[in-house]
Amino acid sequence: MRIIWTIAKRELGAYFTSPVAYVFLVIFLLLTGFFTFTAGNFFERGEASLAAFFGWHPWLYLVLVPAVGMRVWAEERRSGTMELLLTMPVATWQAIVAKFLASWIFLALALALTFPAIVTVNVLGEPDNGIIAAGYVGSFLLAGAYLAVSCMTSAMTRNQVVAFILAVVMCLFLILAGFNPVTDLLTRWASPEVVDTVAAFSVVTHFDTFQRGVIDSRDLLFFLSVIGFALFATGVIIRGHRSG
Amino acid sequence: MIRIENLVKTFGAKRAVDGVSFAVERGEVLGFLGPNGAGKSTTMRMITGFMPPTAGKVAVGGYDVAESPLEAKRLIGYLPESAASYADMTVRGFLNFAAEMRGLHRAARRKAVNRVVELCFLESVLGQSIDTLSKGYRQRTCLAQALIHDPEVLVMDEPTEGLDPNQKHEVRNLIRKLGKNKAIVFSTHILEEVDAACTRAIIIDRGKIVANGTPEELRQMSALAGAVTLSADGASAEKLSSLGRVEQLDGAWRIYPHEKGKASELAQAVVELVAREGWKVEGMYRERGELDEVFRRITLPDTVKQ
Repeated sequence: MRIIWTIAKRELGAYFTSPVAYVFLVIFLLLTGFFTFTAGNFFERGEASLAAFFGWHPWLYLVLVPAVGMRVWAEERRSGTMELLLTMPVATWQAIVAKFLASWIFLALALALTFPAIVTVNVLGEPDNGIIAAGYVGSFLLAGAYLAVSCMTSAMTRNQVVAFILAVVMCLFLILAGFNPVTDLLTRWASPEVVDTVAAFSVVTHFDTFQRGVIDSRDLLFFLSVIGFALFATGVIIRGHRSG
Repeated sequence: MIRIENLVKTFGAKRAVDGVSFAVERGEVLGFLGPNGAGKSTTMRMITGFMPPTAGKVAVGGYDVAESPLEAKRLIGYLPESAASYADMTVRGFLNFAAEMRGLHRAARRKAVNRVVELCFLESVLGQSIDTLSKGYRQRTCLAQALIHDPEVLVMDEPTEGLDPNQKHEVRNLIRKLGKNKAIVFSTHILEEVDAACTRAIIIDRGKIVANGTPEELRQMSALAGAVTLSADGASAEKLSSLGRVEQLDGAWRIYPHEKGKASELAQAVVELVAREGWKVEGMYRERGELDEVFRRITLPDTVKQ
């Protein structure tokens, strides 16, 4: 446990010693603000909720989370530090989990810095803060799922750009599987069971429940299994590199 | 401390390491020589548990690296190729991290960091970030990391690469000093390093061990070993050839003994001959043999050998 924290601490430190963290935080906050208040018609909606805020997250994260995750393993491989790290007395899975956790904590921090949105709705009206809390939980899990996928693609290559693009494509699939235009298209030639199965793989379907204020164990399980699967795959990929 | 049996590593169809066996005990410094791509780094990666071997066994301190990797890794300090380290960290931060990874916390960590900082002369760059360091300091920082837990086994992949002659000298001295109570393996392709730091050397070529011995033994394999080089006024090949095969050099003669073991007798015979003939000796030297020549002879592909 302690060794996981040691690695995670170093990773977090690495974000903040480079401009990456600050650039990311600023862009993330600017974009959430823009999408919520301008593109999301926050004020015109006339409702005391953060639906306009959360609704954009699957798309916003699509670009921003892979930007955080792309360096996780690609950078270690490029600079040769992976060899250093994995020859220290640490199991590969511990290193994978530690690096994932560090980035997830960083994303949680970014998400926490959106608190002015909560303040705003509470000042302007009387929102159901339970729904908002559920929305945050969902958003955090969504970020985790994307991040795990990004960690996986990051392990595939020593080129961060390639890792980024692969992650975006995979996350895009996770969105599109449940995106209405796509499911509509599917219903034309596939049976409803098939459509439902495909849609069940979508983060949007599961993310929506959180936005309604429901924390369903099935949705929790979905996000946690995406994370678990992607991290497991990361382990397999890294083992592959090590065996040559 | 390190025991390697029949180690094999294949990458696709290529056998990078092909049945390598050796052992290193405490107090030994093993130099690992070979041309580029001979399998040195791959072997070291298998010793340190980074790469699983295709076949064969590696045991460190009695622990099988494949079966109990964590126990084995705890005993090892490793300096990877080109001194890979986290470039965005400061030297202090990096060493603190390495110490914590080795389970050293608080006071123990401070003590360990201070010890290696002193050992590797890093005092002046402690607060500097690693990517601003010169190659020599970076190398020493990574070496400090490898030494942070005072490991019983030290594995170093080209520890002196990219250092200037003074720094090379320092690192070699350090290796020799550390070698007194550790088992050390280090790879190099600088042959003088073998003399400067090793108690034993292995030459590896195309994945196979082609020579294994003390630097002196390896040198004996040289064709030159035991030959006498004489530069003397009045000397003639005719007279000298009675002692051994003679080769004319630029202003000197080199006499090779008929048999390798008779080196000292040859030297004596030359002295006697010189005295008898009354030649004016300008210089006389008994060749120890050149590692360089041995290395080239056994690692050159057959087609290139004369």
